Amino acid sequence: METTNKIRVLIAKPGLDGHDKGAKIVALALRDAGMEVIYSGLHQTLNQIIQTATQEAVDVIGLSIMSGAHLPICKRLITMMKEQGLDDIRLIVGGVIPYQDIPELKEMGVAAVFPGGISFEDIITGMNKLFE
Amino acid sequence: MPEIVAILQGNQRAGARMIRLLEQGKLEALTLLKQLYPHSGNAFIIGITGSPGVGKSTLIDDLITVFRKQSKRVAVIAVDPSSPFSGGAILGDRLRMQRHATDKNVFIRSMASRGQTGGLSRATKDAAIVMDAMGYDIILIETVGAGQGEFDIATLAHSTGIVRIPGTGDGIQAVKAGILETGDVYIVNKCDRPDVDASVHALTMMIGMQNMGRQTSHPSPKWTPPVVKTNALKGTGVDELADTFLSHFDFLKKHNLTDQTKRNQETLYFKSLLKDLTLAKIHSFMETSPAYKSVLKRIQTHEMDPISAAEHVVNTMIILK
Ligand SMILES: Nc1nc2c(ncn2[C@@H]2O[C@H](COP(=O)(O)OP(=O)(O)O)[C@@H](O)[C@H]2O)c(=O)[nH]1
Ligand SMILES: [Mg+2]
Repeated sequence: METTNKIRVLIAKPGLDGHDKGAKIVALALRDAGMEVIYSGLHQTLNQIIQTATQEAVDVIGLSIMSGAHLPICKRLITMMKEQGLDDIRLIVGGVIPYQDIPELKEMGVAAVFPGGISFEDIITGMNKLFE
Repeated sequence: MPEIVAILQGNQRAGARMIRLLEQGKLEALTLLKQLYPHSGNAFIIGITGSPGVGKSTLIDDLITVFRKQSKRVAVIAVDPSSPFSGGAILGDRLRMQRHATDKNVFIRSMASRGQTGGLSRATKDAAIVMDAMGYDIILIETVGAGQGEFDIATLAHSTGIVRIPGTGDGIQAVKAGILETGDVYIVNKCDRPDVDASVHALTMMIGMQNMGRQTSHPSPKWTPPVVKTNALKGTGVDELADTFLSHFDFLKKHNLTDQTKRNQETLYFKSLLKDLTLAKIHSFMETSPAYKSVLKRIQTHEMDPISAAEHVVNTMIILK
């Protein structure tokens, strides 16, 4: 029987951000890198993100955040992931993220941060690294 | 097995992880599935097929709402195509169903087709067994095609709904070409658009012709597939669609046809498992053989070509009378 371990990723946009062009383009790049990407659309509540990640048994939750609220959002989501026993799922964040916030994000448990302007290649290499 | 207990109690985390292992082709997951199998067989499985963009996901979103109002627990398997180039996939069906994401009585699982025609494979069946054992009353399977070969939607589902949109004329084309997809329910979605009645008429004609052909080959009892008009964006016609599916299920039960479906499914599932397990066993047996190891070396040093090498291993290892 053939075994296939494709990386499964949930791409979600929490909160009230206006558009999802960037998130969609990243989703396409991840597909082209051989990953299976679940795209759940705009305006997701953290609870929706948690339930979706649970039902889809993903390896990674990728958040796209442009609103500047990345610190409180990630903090809350990580707490919820722990409560729901989703500790084995990696959280990554992209969007408008100032470089000085990266250490704090990592400290709270974000596995990787991809600020705007970073190349797809770097995102894919960074993601594959999480599963080596 | 605490995992099995959790799944039988409907724990979504446990069920989802099990489906993931099965999809990955992990043999140990089959051992667990064996324990779930006796608890399956209660769900009503509905297939929803049709070309991309006709509104299948939106319709399923509406159907979930209707079935939830009837206090039924609903699971969805939504299949989207894998990219033939990278093997990756964008699974976007659940985007249309996200309002149900936090309803504990709804379980939505996206699945990539991974090269299967129509997207259906043993993984689809495996997932349906898990959901069934978790206690979901209804399982909706979304695919772009009816499927071919090993698994098609008609053998996976009790009821198949084929979704069309007005004005495409594919009903008439299908009749002309003689390729009649056989659905149990035909749905003309996007009824806010013109030419709805022409599409309904063409489909009704097609069903009439199919039935004439069927009368001689399959005698009674006979189900005449209804044509249901819907506007999935507004949810109109979806109550009627849900009722139509449920009455088809009643029809199957009344005439003991669910048993027949079950027998067909079990035979198919058995054959598919037999193939997968045989391959796995032979493969692991071969890989540990001296013949395998020696030819592998000779391929790497270019002493032997891969074709002769494969022939050599098969002929040395498998002796069939
Ligand atoms: N006008 C109209 N648009 C619809 C209807 N149902 C679905 N759509 C739209 O058609 C597009 C494709 O729908 P989707 O459910 O994703 O189709 P699928 O590919 O068959 O799953 C979306 O933009 C929907 O909003 C309908 O009844 N009327
Ligand atoms: Mg769809």
